[in-house]
Amino acid sequence: MTRPLLRPTPLATSIERRLFLRQTLSVGALALLTGCDISDNDQVQRILKFMSRWNDRAQAFLFRREALAPTFAESDVVRDFRYNAYFPMSDVPKLSAADYRLQLSGLIADKRPWSVEQLHALPQESQITRHVCVEGWSMIGKWSGARLGDFLKRVGADLTARYVGFECADGYYGSIDMASALHPQTIMAFKFADETLPAKYGYPIKVRIPTKLGFKNPKWVTTIYVTDRFPGGFWEDRGYNWFSGS
Amino acid sequence: MTADAREPMPGRAVQLHPLSRRIMHWVNALAILVMIGSGWRIYDYYPALSIDFGFPYYLTLGGDLSLSEALNNEDGLANALAWHFGAMWVLVLNLLAYLVVGFASGHFRRDFLPITPRAFLRDFAAALTFRLQHRLGEYNAVQKLLYWGVLGAVVVTVLSGLSIWKPVQLKELTWLFGGYEFARVVHFFGMAAIVGFLIVHVALTILVPSTLIAMILGRASGAPHSRTGGHR
Repeated sequence: MTRPLLRPTPLATSIERRLFLRQTLSVGALALLTGCDISDNDQVQRILKFMSRWNDRAQAFLFRREALAPTFAESDVVRDFRYNAYFPMSDVPKLSAADYRLQLSGLIADKRPWSVEQLHALPQESQITRHVCVEGWSMIGKWSGARLGDFLKRVGADLTARYVGFECADGYYGSIDMASALHPQTIMAFKFADETLPAKYGYPIKVRIPTKLGFKNPKWVTTIYVTDRFPGGFWEDRGYNWFSGS
Repeated sequence: MTADAREPMPGRAVQLHPLSRRIMHWVNALAILVMIGSGWRIYDYYPALSIDFGFPYYLTLGGDLSLSEALNNEDGLANALAWHFGAMWVLVLNLLAYLVVGFASGHFRRDFLPITPRAFLRDFAAALTFRLQHRLGEYNAVQKLLYWGVLGAVVVTVLSGLSIWKPVQLKELTWLFGGYEFARVVHFFGMAAIVGFLIVHVALTILVPSTLIAMILGRASGAPHSRTGGHR
């Protein structure tokens, strides 16, 4: 999911980097150059947001439900898959199967919560696909779980609604278009590399969507909801493109 | 549209650029610069090359790092991506228009062809010894090949970029570029080729400034065989 931090202590290292940058630039050059970059101008931000919304529509148009993400061989699976979140691994939510309930909300007929046991009883399938991060790195992993589309049908979700949203135990939140939610490769993953999903990869549920960038694949999911109101998302509200399809 | 780069009047060298070409040139220049600046910052986040190479932050586009961090707890990648995926539409639509007009009007055929190996070797040798004369309105064989080359580099960079953007919807294209990871490398070297062209392009414009005047005002003239191009 989340756009990764390359370093465990982001603030410290970025300060270090900034000091380095300051040293390499003369003050005059820095002032001149920051004056040249118009990215932070309000009007420019509005244009960039407009283009990002345009790109949401363009990507929804390009999306084909029958187009499957390429799958790979077991031997391609990365052994030490990257831990990735907006916080260090020590802060990973530790959810227990005894207490956990998946909450359902919004345009869903049967909103009864689901226990881990009930979720594991759903028909499951595996996929070996490439996880592509918005930053550019990618890794091939193996995830197993139940199709989100089948689950949504089963709980009587309004499949004509526009969005499926997720809330997570770590405070992360996100949403996807209904078409992507119903894609056959979009699964509620309970396993990684044939083992119960470890806490660092999102126990008990990571929604795995190989047709979307990594940060659109939420971990530690506690609530799934269906809505027609645009829900946004953690990184999307920080300037990243919402659709972010592959 | 008349895309003639030659003047019937004998003896005088004239460079003509119709308005459509001038607009497309400058739209392209802007789009390319935005793509390069934002692309460099995107590259820096997770370099496609495994060598220790990055672009200095001050040459990249995407705003102030500390501001992004304060506002969004993210250090400036979102802006760079927004620029990149915004400007790509401008770049591609403009490029398509340029290709259609270039082929349909005969501009490519008339001004960028023919290139014979012999003419190329002759002009290349002259260029290396700084004896290549620039006649306004006429492209020498080295120039012609450079224009085809940069056009090819732009097309490859756009296609490899599409294959990085849509490795599922356009997976055949991604496969063609050797898979997702290798497509990023191709995209990088496509950019490098374009930057290489830009350096030569701008350097030559400085040497023969009347070509810049022609690209702005639509017309520039000079002595027929001026080495410095146009200044009598």
